[in-house]
Amino acid sequence: MADASSADAGSDLSAAPAVDAPAIETHELRKQFGRIVALAGLTMTVRPGEVFGFLGPNGAGKTTAVKLLLGLSRPSAGTGRVLGAPIGAVSARRRIGYLPELFRYQGWMTAREVLAFHCELAHLPRSSWETEIREAVELVGLAERSSGRVETFSKGMQQRLGLAVALLGRPDLVVLDEPTSALDPIGRQDVRRIIGSMRDRGATVFLNSHLLTEVERVCDRVAIVDRGRVVAELSMAELLAEKGVRLRVAGLSGARAIAGRYGPTRLDGEWLVVDAIADGQVPTLVAELVAAGGAVHAVVPARHSLEERFLSLLGAAPEAAPEGVEPEAAQAGPTVEPEAAPEGVEPEARR
Amino acid sequence: MIGRGAIFVIARLTLREAFRRRLLWALVVLTLVLVVATGWLFGKAAELSPIDGAAQQLVLSQLLVMIAFMFSFVLTMTAAFAASPAIGPEIENGLLLAVLARPVRRSDVLLGRWLGLAAVVVGYALAAGYLELGAVKLLTGYLPVDPMAAPIYLAGESLVLLTLALVFSTRIAPVASGSIAVVGFGLAWMGGIAGGIGDYLNNDPLRNAGTIAHLILPSDTLWRGAMFALEPPPDVLAAAGSQARIFTVSPFFAGTPPPLPWLAWCAAWAVATLAIGVLMLRRREL
Repeated sequence: MADASSADAGSDLSAAPAVDAPAIETHELRKQFGRIVALAGLTMTVRPGEVFGFLGPNGAGKTTAVKLLLGLSRPSAGTGRVLGAPIGAVSARRRIGYLPELFRYQGWMTAREVLAFHCELAHLPRSSWETEIREAVELVGLAERSSGRVETFSKGMQQRLGLAVALLGRPDLVVLDEPTSALDPIGRQDVRRIIGSMRDRGATVFLNSHLLTEVERVCDRVAIVDRGRVVAELSMAELLAEKGVRLRVAGLSGARAIAGRYGPTRLDGEWLVVDAIADGQVPTLVAELVAAGGAVHAVVPARHSLEERFLSLLGAAPEAAPEGVEPEAAQAGPTVEPEAAPEGVEPEARR
Repeated sequence: MIGRGAIFVIARLTLREAFRRRLLWALVVLTLVLVVATGWLFGKAAELSPIDGAAQQLVLSQLLVMIAFMFSFVLTMTAAFAASPAIGPEIENGLLLAVLARPVRRSDVLLGRWLGLAAVVVGYALAAGYLELGAVKLLTGYLPVDPMAAPIYLAGESLVLLTLALVFSTRIAPVASGSIAVVGFGLAWMGGIAGGIGDYLNNDPLRNAGTIAHLILPSDTLWRGAMFALEPPPDVLAAAGSQARIFTVSPFFAGTPPPLPWLAWCAAWAVATLAIGVLMLRRREL
């Protein structure tokens, strides 16, 4: 892995990207501003063709990481490669589309002119510009306003334009930094559709977003970053496979201690929640609780939402659900109303 | 090839922006106003002058130098205010993020901006300068010693200050970088006057102050070139005799053109300053 200590594009004009290399690969990438450590040591791998979610709380170093990957900032230490070339290499930037979190385009230009300017910067053949621009504005829903000056656009329209800019030239890697921050629900749906279409044509999408539900819907894998380090990097299937169970148990003071042998527990109002429990263990747990003298009024299986997993990985307790309201992901599967449920165990097969 | 191509793309963008934002139109209108107003002034000065011949030529030359000084100040302000917001604000508002994520070097952005703005400022200096000189010749018959060189010197002076403002714009706020260029223009001019007085009085500290000012910011070297080029030819000065001596001690008089090594220093200074600007921009966090 080559050292990626140079932030400017001049560092590498000739580095030939490897064909099957990871789309992004970093090892202990670090960024420090004086004494402030923005990124402590980012190690992650993004595979070609996947939609990769990059999550973390405010100040976790997400945008810093994006800027390092694109060569917009110089790493203090560590190495990284993007599309097979050292980070910051001009050769790789030809194949990258980028929508910055802080998106801004020349207000005095029309949307078409902005796109033509980026076609030129991206070294796209002039003969392809018309097609590229037309397809991009149609895809992001700006076709009717493409001749309008950018300074007359709403924030949402400017973000759509930014998305169109990022899509020019069918890039192999698209980096989207909070791509829906200025969009309404329809716009967000459009972004999900666009990300899906990019995945379909084999592009890698690196999605930095605060909207966990959005990430949950479109991403194949995620990395969760906290205090400048990746605390988890796993597929959405792995992330959401872990199951929990919510129980209402009466007459047994040691219920939580018993449940604690099956997985991490917490109390949510009158509910005892086991956040992660192995497949097939729920009946055994219930039997043990009953044997110990507890009255089990309800058992509600729960699939974890990304938000719950995100919060648990960051060491923050999920917000208590309002009375009678299940967490979002739990609602995805059938749930049993506590009062209406027969005492006993809900078969896991119903989830 | 990548770098050179991007420089010209950015330079073209800068020119288009100047055109679209009506900077060029404003300069064209200002030029016409300047030429008409000063043409009227020159016409009246020649028509109502109680003197004629070499003495009148001297007076007209001084009037022309004064107007050129005002024009050089306008050029400096134009260069400073066009260049000072060219880089920093575009980093802060995010405009450059999308550009620099393309196969574009930071040096391409700085040099492209410089090239585009230089085209605007030099074009304005040359067009306005030659138009003014043509109007003066037409209305008064006065033709300075080197009419072709004078606007070129003025353009060079504005390029020095444009370079200064642009390089500072990579790191500091537009108001500060614009102010530095304008104040630098004034200080360099004062340094040049100090050096001139030092020469006249054979006073080394003053002479050295002038030399140091010209080394740090060579705008006054080029201004003195413009002054010399606008002065009357030697035969007119000789014919004016003792009357010419009054003008030779004026801060608006240059007895000789700038020596070639000093002109070479102006070019080297611009190249070195741009190189420093590239380094400053490369080291800046986006």
